[in-house]
Order: sequence, then structure tokens, then C-alpha cells
Amino acid sequence: MLNAISLSQIYVLDQDEALDFYVGKLGLEVKTDMDLGFMRWLTVAVPGEPGREILLEVPGPPAMDEVTAEQVRELVTKGATGGWIGFTTDDCQKTYETLLARGVESTQAPVEQVYGIDCGLRDPFGNAIRIVQPTTDPDSSA
Amino acid sequence: MSRAVEESNRRLLRARDAMDRTYAQPLDVPTLSRIVHVSEAHFIRSFRAAFGETPHRYLQRRRVERAMFLLRETDRSVTEICLDVGFFSLGTFSRTFSDIVGESPTAYRKRADTKAVPTCFTMTWTRPSSFGEAGAAGRRLSSRPC
Repeated sequence: MLNAISLSQIYVLDQDEALDFYVGKLGLEVKTDMDLGFMRWLTVAVPGEPGREILLEVPGPPAMDEVTAEQVRELVTKGATGGWIGFTTDDCQKTYETLLARGVESTQAPVEQVYGIDCGLRDPFGNAIRIVQPTTDPDSSA
Repeated sequence: MSRAVEESNRRLLRARDAMDRTYAQPLDVPTLSRIVHVSEAHFIRSFRAAFGETPHRYLQRRRVERAMFLLRETDRSVTEICLDVGFFSLGTFSRTFSDIVGESPTAYRKRADTKAVPTCFTMTWTRPSSFGEAGAAGRRLSSRPC
């Protein structure tokens, strides 16, 4: 029935700041940046993986009332909205060091897990980012 | 007004992330309140308002959660694990562990099954709760990357 997950969304508090982070620091590329009139449709994707886009959406009217948007913003900044993106990499340690050098905030240094090596980061708004270097042994896939 | 709340939340989250990341180091409230740029008393009060518990309690639960993991997954001694997760005294560790988990580290180790679960979800979901629903820590888990 379904073919792929092609588009998912996280809340950001400022789209220009989101671009600085997701494109400027994390190295994603802008897939679409379009003024629809009622909203700025801004999606990013991993270079070479254009089939999966992440919409960087700002909570606010008219999609939701200002009080609700305020609540969403408060939850995002507490890290409690569930905004969460998992990436894979070939070299977790090196990627982690590169991103730290670019000023990205860490929640967990690289650790060896049964499924590979992973680390945790935080975006400027409060969303969580996970980067996994999957184990190459196909028998131990989680 | 709301922007101020957001900025405060984000700084508090930064302090909480520091506890998650460097739980094994001798973190204290003065160090953490500097991350948030507020007084110690204000830090404790605002952290509690945002996350429902004091920073001290959050750090204790983070350390105990890591200790539970090491008790389950490794053969390290209780004393070694106590030091690994940032406690300096075995007495304080055992007392805190028992207070939060409801049994001693040794009893927990005997009872616990080994489960391979990714850290960010184990960290948040197997952490012994402050909020009253004890028992979640012993819940069965399956292995997923996170």
C-alpha cells in the first residue's frame, strides 16, 4: 500500500534560524523554500536523499490560535514536543566532533551500542537529534 | 512575556542536557545555575516549575538510571558503578538507589533481565520516576536504535 515516508515535520521557532542550523551546521540541503502566502513551506533533506523531506514549521495562527502556539513554543523549548530526528552516518565520532566545533549543543557524546555508535544533539529550539553509525554486522541489526 | 518563558525554558533544557551528558562529573547547583544565568535559588525554582522536580532530583535519577543499566549490562562491582555514575560515597549511592528504585543495587541486579535498548529512550523511559508511577523501571524493553 504505502511506498515510503517522504515527508515529516518538526516545529521550529524561527525558519531562518532553522536554516542556519539544519543547512549551515548539519549540512542538510533546502528541498523547497516557497512562500505560499499563508505560510512559508520550508523543507530540508539529507544531500543525496531527496525522497525524504522534513518540513520546518513555525507554530502559529491561523493553523492554531496564539495561545495554543504559545503552549507549543513553550513545550518545544522544554524539549517536550517529541520533535526528534534520527540520522545515520558513516563516522559518528568525526561527525560529532565536526558539529561540536560548529557550535552544536550535545546531549550525549558518542557511545557504543548494540546497534552501532550513536550520539545525541539538540537543535537551537529544543528538538532532539540522534546520529547513529549503524553496526556493519547484519546479524546484529536491532 | 512568552518569549521570556521560551528563553528560560531553553536555558533550563540546556542545564538538563548538561546533567544527561555529564552525569558522571561532579555537577552541582552553582555550576548548573551558571548555564542558566540565574541565581541558584531561582534556578532550582524555575527548573522545578518547568520539569516537575528539582535539578538535584533529576540528576539523581539520571545517575541511578545509568547505574541500573550498568548493573544489568556489565559485571562491574557496585562500588565501581557507584563511582562510574558520579557518586562519591557508596553509602549515599546505595541509599539514593534504594530510595528511588525501591530495592538495593544488589537486589536489583539479581532481579533485572538484560535488555538492549537505545540510550535516549532508555534514558527517558526507564529512568525511575519522580512522579509516582513506580515500577516503570522494571518494564520489559526491546532493542531499538535511537
